[in-house]
Amino acid sequence: MQDLDAIVNEALGLFSGIEDADELERAKARYLGKSGTLTELLKGLGRLPAAERPALGSRINAAKDRLEAALKAQRERIQGCKLAAKLAEEALDVTLPGRGLGTGGLHPVTRTMERIETLFRSLGFEVADGPEIETDYYNFTALNQPENHPARSMHDTFYVDDGKHLLRTHTSPIQIRYMEKHRPPIKIIAPGRVYRVDLDATHSPMFHQVEGLWIDRHITFADLKGVLADFFKRFFEREDLKVRFRPSFFPFTEPSAEIDMSFGDGWLEMGGAGMVHPNVLRNVDIDSEQYRGFAFGLGPDRLTMLRYGVNDLRLFFENDLRFLKQFN
Amino acid sequence: MKFSEHWLRTFVNPPLSTRELADALTMGGVEVETIEPVAPPFERVVVGEVLSVDRHPDADRLTVCQVNAGAAPLVIVCGAPNVRPGVRAATALVGARLPAGEIKAAKVRGVESHGMLCSAKELGLSGDAEGVMLLGQDAPAGTDVRVVLDLDDRLLTTKPTPNRGDCLSILGMAREVAAVTGCKLTPVLVKPAMIAIQDRLPVMLEARDACPRYCGRMVRGVNARVATPQWIAERLARSGIHSINPVVDITNYTMLELGQPLHAFDGARLAGGLRVRFARAGEKITLLNAEVLELTSDFLVIADERDPVALAGIMGGMESAVVAATHDVFLESAYFDPDVIAGKSRLLGFGSDSSYRFERGVDFEGTVRALERATQLVLEICGGQAGPITEARAQLPRRRPVTLRLTRVQDVLGIKLGAKQVGSVLRRLGFEFTAAGDKFRVVPPSYRFDIAIEEDLIEEVARIHGYDNIPAAVPAAPAVMLPAPEARRDAAAIRRQLVARDYQEAVTYSFVDREWEADFCANAEPIALANPIASQMSVMRSSLIGSLVDRVAFNANHRQTRVRLFEIGRCFERGGDGNYLQPVRIGGIAYGDALQEQWGVAARNVDFYDVKSDVMALLPTRDARFDAAAHPALHPGKSARISRGGTVIGWIGELHPRWQQKYDLRLAPVLFELDFEHVARGGVPVYNEIPKVPPVRRDLAVILDEAASYEAILEELSSRKPVVVADIWLFDVYRGPAVQKGKKSLAFRVLLQDTHKTLTDAEIDSAVSQLIQVLQKRFDAKLR
Repeated sequence: MQDLDAIVNEALGLFSGIEDADELERAKARYLGKSGTLTELLKGLGRLPAAERPALGSRINAAKDRLEAALKAQRERIQGCKLAAKLAEEALDVTLPGRGLGTGGLHPVTRTMERIETLFRSLGFEVADGPEIETDYYNFTALNQPENHPARSMHDTFYVDDGKHLLRTHTSPIQIRYMEKHRPPIKIIAPGRVYRVDLDATHSPMFHQVEGLWIDRHITFADLKGVLADFFKRFFEREDLKVRFRPSFFPFTEPSAEIDMSFGDGWLEMGGAGMVHPNVLRNVDIDSEQYRGFAFGLGPDRLTMLRYGVNDLRLFFENDLRFLKQFN
Repeated sequence: MKFSEHWLRTFVNPPLSTRELADALTMGGVEVETIEPVAPPFERVVVGEVLSVDRHPDADRLTVCQVNAGAAPLVIVCGAPNVRPGVRAATALVGARLPAGEIKAAKVRGVESHGMLCSAKELGLSGDAEGVMLLGQDAPAGTDVRVVLDLDDRLLTTKPTPNRGDCLSILGMAREVAAVTGCKLTPVLVKPAMIAIQDRLPVMLEARDACPRYCGRMVRGVNARVATPQWIAERLARSGIHSINPVVDITNYTMLELGQPLHAFDGARLAGGLRVRFARAGEKITLLNAEVLELTSDFLVIADERDPVALAGIMGGMESAVVAATHDVFLESAYFDPDVIAGKSRLLGFGSDSSYRFERGVDFEGTVRALERATQLVLEICGGQAGPITEARAQLPRRRPVTLRLTRVQDVLGIKLGAKQVGSVLRRLGFEFTAAGDKFRVVPPSYRFDIAIEEDLIEEVARIHGYDNIPAAVPAAPAVMLPAPEARRDAAAIRRQLVARDYQEAVTYSFVDREWEADFCANAEPIALANPIASQMSVMRSSLIGSLVDRVAFNANHRQTRVRLFEIGRCFERGGDGNYLQPVRIGGIAYGDALQEQWGVAARNVDFYDVKSDVMALLPTRDARFDAAAHPALHPGKSARISRGGTVIGWIGELHPRWQQKYDLRLAPVLFELDFEHVARGGVPVYNEIPKVPPVRRDLAVILDEAASYEAILEELSSRKPVVVADIWLFDVYRGPAVQKGKKSLAFRVLLQDTHKTLTDAEIDSAVSQLIQVLQKRFDAKLR
């Protein structure tokens, strides 16, 4: 049976050249089909002497196994090629833009206000809120600014034509409203819109403020300096930033400070702060011998301008998409 | 206050540069806003004595002058009309550098000119180009003009805070410099004038609280026609005060120097004695600024026996003003209560240097000193004979001692200051005090109106010690967590949701055009401002809609074809009892393409349902109802009122075509407005058992009248559905050839589910037929 090896070699050669699955199955039939070459050889075993049958039989079976294995490998090869071709055909231009709804964006001042909230929340400050049409009492009197106090001329106030109300000139009324309802310790920030009669490149009749207030038994002016210095560094993410406190005057704080900040050359006014005035605490029935604390007011518009290099305040209220989308 | 640095340095002269001095003041609490040179830099400009003036041989308008500028006479060609022999003029020598350039020897119409006689404008000193700048006759020829005119001086502009009226003078600023630098104060010496006549004008204080001190004196035989000396005029000019006549200039000068506003009356025009009293309603006065006032009884006046002659502390009257012809001057130096003057300039619409000081508080112990100082200057400059001082006096403000506890200083400031340090600060401030242990008993000086309680002193200690010398501390506080209510969403979360749906956040003014309120809210009586900045910002908005439409129009005008904006802001409505409702609202607007122009998607305009989907995404509990309803801003057929549990929480719809046209929009935007409170309020999720058996789906298509609203159908089905129906939703709406006009086909998908067992076909069929019956009965629906 020397030609068994020849048959196997011929078949293996044939199989490996076939690229089509059906053709491969037809080639298989020539060897392993009902009247295939190897099938015929097996059938011929019966005509051999019994002593020769087992040896030859196992040789033929081994040859069969080899062919089956080769067929399997070739089938997989053909399938692989087919899949590869299909995948190649399905390939996309992955550089085309994605489809569907896009995303909008936050107003730049909102970005700032949210960052301020986040930073102060990390210190345990809660967010408080208050009305924008205010009474004279909350906007001035309760904040230690009686009528005709010269400090009132610092604020050019919008009045409502009912003669009784005004648009809040600062977020400080929220201090009073909050302290009327809560007892110390008090730790809040209050962001919001405020109004003053003013309009040019650096003033808007409506702008933003963030009020901060911390009342407890042990709060000091040094703490105020620490908290705000920390805030500016975290907000601008710069350790080399300098913060300076300068004596100033606000009727509702004492000592009062103007907060200046510097990136290296020149000082920029960033807000006002101070220790809450005893008269303010008295107005909300908090004993100033037991409790004291600090308050501050920051200008988010200014902070936003510095943070992103915006040079005209009016852009914030114009809402030109070409401007707004730069912050998305 | 703007003033000359050199003047200040005559009172206190610390070894600091101008910049350092300004910084010291700023860090002490009196901000120096600007430092300006008095004159631009120039050099080699000297006093030139004009020796002769001759006609230029070849030019009618030019003269040829011989000028003594310190050395050999110079020939200078000049065109100014005011050059005469004998005058002294600012003379630029050859080589002088002026703001406009260098002066060279040059031939002018054939005559060699060795320099230039300069106008004030050419030196950059003023806009005055009329003739050359003439100098005093006592100025030595050849001396540098910068020295003669003190042009190397600088102007400091300070901005004292409203509590520091004591800083509104050279004396006050000098006191402040002395306190912050520790440098010695050497104020001007004021000697009492020699009494030469005995004339007295009686003064009666009727309003004794409003004016507890009134000093005055008559000076007779004054010559008010003399020129104000250069040094006074110049110092006034450097503080921005115009020279008027020598007497008025002296009162202004004294005010700048000592902080005490003075007034000078023409003594001959006063009828009898003076009374300090409140005006009688209806009394009239013509003020120095020609304003005629009809007074009310809250104005304090100085009156003679007939009429008010001055508005106390604010402005004198025209009638009794000192003029060139005045011979007798009655000088007034008084203390008026700040509360009486405060607020008056706002009522009047104008203030004065005087009212600015009185309303902040003027040193009531400086009244006589200022009067003596002014008298001294009047006698020196205008001559005359002074009478004795008449003083009318009532109860002056009391300076009650204030106790300062060292422990309190330490507690408030957070630093360990010693008693010695605090004592030294109080001394530098010139405060009178006694110390006992760690308590100080401080008597505030008469010129300070801002020291009444312990904190006032703590502030003084802090600022003189230096805010910079208080370290920044890290506060220690109990570590308590903040509440984080899960059922409430904050504005940040809602904003992010809108951003994710392609809206851009806007921030618009809360005051709007009255017309927007009328158009978009049918609000004929909006909340108006008494003093709006512009008519298009005159009323408070009751809705965000107007602002959003306006900003869409603005962006569309800037060639934006697709605009999607939202804003979260307060709106303002009248409540009962004269108060205002100020709800926070969320407004959104979508204009142009539904999607940004892109490949593979057919472009279409945004519609009601696109925006409705955005709105539904915002409403966390999905129990909002949309009912067709009319809104002044919206298309009546494409608008819906949104409510939750019977409460209206907002509106959605397409802009009314009328407003689309009026506000000039090419396409109709779709907009919504929701109450923030309702959007913020949600719930905490509750888990429901997941059914073990798979659900069964059945589709149900019915034809019904156009008028039947989806929401009504769904509500009906939901309330009458058998228990096994777990969910029903719409998956198709069809109008077309297969459906008769006026009808529509709705296709529902029904999800049937029993939590424990598999439903039988019979159960399913029965449930679906129940739904069909509801549709047939209630809506006359036909199965498709």
